[in-house]
Amino acid sequence: MTLIPGKKAGLFRGRRTLVASAAIAALTISAANAETLRWARVGDALTLDPHSANEGPTSTILHHIYETLVERATDGSLEPRLATEWSIHPDDPTIWIFTLREGVTFHDGAEFTAEDVVTSLERVRAESSDFKGLHTAVESAEAVDDYTVHVKMVGPSPLYVQNLTNFFIMDKDWIEANDVAIPQDFKAGEEKFTVRNTNGTGPYTLVSRDPEVRTVLAYNESHWGEAPEVTEIVYTPIKEAATRVAALLSGEVDFVQDVPVQDIDRLAQTDGITVTAGPENRTIFFSYDMSSDSLFSMEGDNPFAKPEVREAMEMALDRDAIQQVVMRGQSVPSGMNAPPFVNGWNEEMDAYSPPDYERGTELMAAAGYPDGFSVDLHCPNDRYLNDESICQAFVGMLGRIGIDANLVSQSRTIHFPAIQNREVDFYLLGWGVPTFDSQYIFDFLVHSPEEGRGGWNGSRYENPEVDAMIKSLATETDLDARNETIAQIWEQVQEDRVFLMVHNQLLAYAARDGINIDVHPENQPKITNVTFD
Amino acid sequence: MIAYILRRIAQAILVMLVVALVSFSLFRYVGDPVATMMGQEASIADREALRDRLGLNDPVVIQFASYIGRAATGDFGISYRLQQPVSELILSRLPATLELALISGFLAFVVGVSLGVYTALNRHGWLSNTVMTTSLIGVSLPTFLIGILLIWVFAVELQWLPSFGRGETVDLGWWTTGLLTSSGRASLVLPAITLGLYQMTLIMRLVRAEMLEVLRTDYIKFARARGLSNRAVNFGHALKNTMVPVITITGLQLGSIIAFAIITETVFQWPGVGALFINSVQFVDVPVMAAYLMLIALVFVVINLVVDLLYYAVDPRLRADRASVGH
Repeated sequence: MTLIPGKKAGLFRGRRTLVASAAIAALTISAANAETLRWARVGDALTLDPHSANEGPTSTILHHIYETLVERATDGSLEPRLATEWSIHPDDPTIWIFTLREGVTFHDGAEFTAEDVVTSLERVRAESSDFKGLHTAVESAEAVDDYTVHVKMVGPSPLYVQNLTNFFIMDKDWIEANDVAIPQDFKAGEEKFTVRNTNGTGPYTLVSRDPEVRTVLAYNESHWGEAPEVTEIVYTPIKEAATRVAALLSGEVDFVQDVPVQDIDRLAQTDGITVTAGPENRTIFFSYDMSSDSLFSMEGDNPFAKPEVREAMEMALDRDAIQQVVMRGQSVPSGMNAPPFVNGWNEEMDAYSPPDYERGTELMAAAGYPDGFSVDLHCPNDRYLNDESICQAFVGMLGRIGIDANLVSQSRTIHFPAIQNREVDFYLLGWGVPTFDSQYIFDFLVHSPEEGRGGWNGSRYENPEVDAMIKSLATETDLDARNETIAQIWEQVQEDRVFLMVHNQLLAYAARDGINIDVHPENQPKITNVTFD
Repeated sequence: MIAYILRRIAQAILVMLVVALVSFSLFRYVGDPVATMMGQEASIADREALRDRLGLNDPVVIQFASYIGRAATGDFGISYRLQQPVSELILSRLPATLELALISGFLAFVVGVSLGVYTALNRHGWLSNTVMTTSLIGVSLPTFLIGILLIWVFAVELQWLPSFGRGETVDLGWWTTGLLTSSGRASLVLPAITLGLYQMTLIMRLVRAEMLEVLRTDYIKFARARGLSNRAVNFGHALKNTMVPVITITGLQLGSIIAFAIITETVFQWPGVGALFINSVQFVDVPVMAAYLMLIALVFVVINLVVDLLYYAVDPRLRADRASVGH
């Protein structure tokens, strides 16, 4: 509270103002005073159980209470957290060795040891865990001594450590004492203790929580790390965009995480408010069914199967116009379906050409559609930044090469299942890459459907050679050879035009002047890193 | 009388069942809860397994029957989204909504009646004309816009009142109230005005019209002829006879205030059941949606029942009619 700029204070903030003016006087002596950060975001954490909801806001809050073995830095690299070192066993490529941090305690005072990691790993692999998909390659885990864990994989898994950035460690004894060995199981019909109670090793402890109203966290004095400047976090979800912005402008919150695109410019020009933008780990692209014989909206014919049509659509997409008009500058147009910090990204493939409608029309004629064709374009309207408007813009652009796209815009709860059940054949999708490696993209979007792979391959792309190369990525331990394979797969994917890439999303955070918050590529800001001027 | 009440209660239960059935059939078109419950890595098999665990693969009729069976024992299930028991969630949110609805209903009634009487008595005064004209805003502007406007003026520009939330609340064990703290009372002002504005103008116009009607009647003329004071005529006779339809409408409107608090609650991030419902719809949180719709149906049914019973008690003609028809 000490850093309220000299703004006129309202009646309802009378008490806070008193505290603030007293504290501002104290500030001149020492900067290490108690600091509260009032943080607003569109949604709340769904639960405080560390393993039952693989969802952005939930993990963001949990990162402050619980800790992971490794941590994703703002530049996308891995940093040590509860594990100080990690490596593959020199004699057995299927074993990962983690050396744990010593002298770490849970909020209830229990000591953090290797057994806690083993038990947490069991819990996160449970049937009702929402994170189990990231740990399918694990066979077993063993505590070799108090501070060493060996994780045995079913085969060589050189990138497994990349999957651990949202793997929260719980205390074994606490789990047993409270009977929470598995995450929320809806069939049991009762609430788990972990939904509202926490015991992590993190820098903050839970003070109070009223779901969807207010969550208060306080600095954990016995935390092993450097003391953060923020000693108290008050987290308030505010769903309505206009209200969220108003709360920042009126001084009721200090930091707004989800700034509506249309308000960014205005906020940036407002005195006392700073807007920070940065790239998000999320690509936005169009997919089309490129292998079926007929489309849902086109019996007996599939123009997307013809390479000329796919190229023509590329010629019609004006990425710069979408960036300037629809996104108001808040996007990075791109030609490759991977964000820049992902392993495998390269500048050459990410380049794109300006639209060429003449060439597009020629290609359409060459493909046998001189009069164009008509098709349904499916789009979510509540998931990505301006998702529906991007589709509307593209419908207009497609019209210029004779493709009559009929926009079907629906909620994500209808859109996503339709893609997974292959009930749509031309749609917009966004993709985040939590492992920061191209394999994640290939596994889900490029590989042909089979157990554990190809679940989102709505392009119906099938290429046995590419499939074999993707499979080899999972077990290749020579990183140079692996990167070579990744480059080859990308070349094939780009040549076949599996995706029609639009842009990478940008994130914008708005805060009062004097509060420094880095934009996190996974949109998981760490309040421990927040500094005050 | 007893038979009448029992018949009305049986009808009420039937209405509730129909609401439940209709809402259950509608949920199929809202989308798939599993899509939002699991992360993007989840495999098709995982999704199928969760759908099985939740019973979503059963035919709607079976889902409905088991839901009604459990609801009858007070078990509304666990929210898919917040992983907490639905009954507990709704009970914890209900005080916020009821407090807001009652305060704004009260505000609408008091201000509406006063302005209605004033404008009826001073039909051609400049103040009456101003009030009548401005009241058009209450009727014609959407709630959402009124809320945003109020936030802009009173929270951002003047900084008199908070823009969101309920302020600090006091937990009485079975009820949380914001009325006992100054931040709670300050937080209530803007949402209560936003929510009550439409009802306020409605009541005002109704009172005015009824009052003008009554003032033209013979017994008012007689009263004046008898030399009664203006005060006695206007308030003792005219207003009293105006109030019957006004009270009916206000009572029925209370149900709409509770049900339509959804928009106000969303704009002001008011932690009530309406906001809970909106978030649940976006997540396809079927247990919460079902319980909320049942609750709203219950509110309407109860209010209607009470109004009917009040008629029965208040108006002797109803009883007399019934006796004379005698079939």
